[in-house]
Amino acid sequence: MAHLRVIPSHEPKSEASAPRNMIEIRNLAKTYRTRGGDVPSLRPINLDITDGEFVAVVGPSGCGKSTLLKLVAGLIPPTEGEVQIGGVAVREPPDDVGIVFQSPVLLPWRSVLRNVMMPVEVRRLDRESHLTRARKLLSMAGLEDFQNKYPWQLSGGMQQRAAICRALVHDPKIVLMDEPFGALDAMTRERMNLELQRIHHETGKTILLITHSIPEAVFLADRVVVMSERPGAIAAIYDVTLPRPRNLDVMGHPTFIELTQRIRGHFYARGHLD
Amino acid sequence: MTSKLARASQNLLNSAWIKPFGLLILTVVLWDLTVRIFAIPAYLIPPPKDVAVAFWNEGGMLLREAIPTTTATLGGFILSALFGIPIAMLIAGSRTVESYVYPLLVFSQSIPKVAVAPLFVVWFGFGMAPKVISAFLLGFFPVVVAGVQGFKSLDPEMRDLVRSMKASRLQAFTMVNLPYALPAIFAGLKVSVTLAVVGAVVGEFVGANSGIGFVLQRSIGNFELPTMFAALVILALISVILFWIIDLIERLTVPWHASQRHDFAATA
Repeated sequence: MAHLRVIPSHEPKSEASAPRNMIEIRNLAKTYRTRGGDVPSLRPINLDITDGEFVAVVGPSGCGKSTLLKLVAGLIPPTEGEVQIGGVAVREPPDDVGIVFQSPVLLPWRSVLRNVMMPVEVRRLDRESHLTRARKLLSMAGLEDFQNKYPWQLSGGMQQRAAICRALVHDPKIVLMDEPFGALDAMTRERMNLELQRIHHETGKTILLITHSIPEAVFLADRVVVMSERPGAIAAIYDVTLPRPRNLDVMGHPTFIELTQRIRGHFYARGHLD
Repeated sequence: MTSKLARASQNLLNSAWIKPFGLLILTVVLWDLTVRIFAIPAYLIPPPKDVAVAFWNEGGMLLREAIPTTTATLGGFILSALFGIPIAMLIAGSRTVESYVYPLLVFSQSIPKVAVAPLFVVWFGFGMAPKVISAFLLGFFPVVVAGVQGFKSLDPEMRDLVRSMKASRLQAFTMVNLPYALPAIFAGLKVSVTLAVVGAVVGEFVGANSGIGFVLQRSIGNFELPTMFAALVILALISVILFWIIDLIERLTVPWHASQRHDFAATA
């Protein structure tokens, strides 16, 4: 099976107009120090993500996927190696990043619009221009009639869409998503996948998506990174060559099926089905 | 016309105060019946009528004596909130503070306040001070426990979100931590205010010449049971009214919380 894998140490394809690297992950490792001793969570990994690229990371539970995302987001310090965003090493949460978590984490006492405006308030950005932007994002997410409602008056899918709007409101170049649709039902999830693809297409953001769902990863990503069990390391990286824009029918495409089966094989081989 | 009347009576039956009021009347009737059926002498349990007469005769005195008790209760309660909430914040915010202060606080709670109350009279003399301190000591602990719980219950993802926006400590506190803790803090305040009433009365038992606690002691000493029961009713009313005020403030402050949503989420 080895010939099917693209080993990360391979040189990235150097084309004439090679897109520049947005995120560079160099020998990044994380060991959590706990009372019970050191718990290695991430073995040294290397990964480059280019500007505007959509990368999905799949792996068994507890393989360090979320640790990887937190390291890129500057929320925890690495034990070894470093993450560079736009050529600058990440030491604290960078400004050019928006994050979407598994739960929407909206503030229940703020209206949807004021939740979306929260990063603007915290960062003390210009209110007027961002208010227009927030309204535009909300109507793009189909929430224009709900901007003055409270989060708990919205369905789970709508709340998560509002959370995505909040991650985009300060116009970051990079969006990090930690299993954003994990708590949604299957049908809402498919709709959200279509919406996320459209957002990626319309805004050209660099997106790093952590997910449990192999079909979701293949459907959305330009590249799928497969991680091995704890301590996490990159087992393989697959290019998804399916043409964009993709609709749900693409899930019946032979390439799609072959790719999902091959990725699933990584987990079966280790006796894990995630 | 009749349906209008029916609906009006239906509304009356459904209003919030009618049910506890009905239960209260039932209790009074049962009380009266018990005293009559078992022929309990009036020096053990006075019949409701005697208590009503005591109200009629000594209502003015009881209301006058309620003022110092209420003042002491409020004083102790406000001190509980003023000290309890910041201490809860410190305990929730720092492992070090928690490890030093929290066990001591719990330890101090196991000392019976009633036993040390006479000490306050020795230290601070007769009058307001020992009552306020006694009310404060009883009301303080629930505020701290509830506050710590509230400040600690913040979702870790929410904490990450706030950090990812590079919020300052003050921003994080005012925008997220404090509002998140408010429902728990209010739960603590409600327990605290009813305990503060107990604290004030304990203070009055040991060293005061005014207040409901003083009336209670005097009337039991003189075997004026109807007056004593009337004083108890006044005491209960003070508790209920103070509780109700805190409840009202909570409703206005955290209308978004799940416990308050019923009359708020008409559009959900």
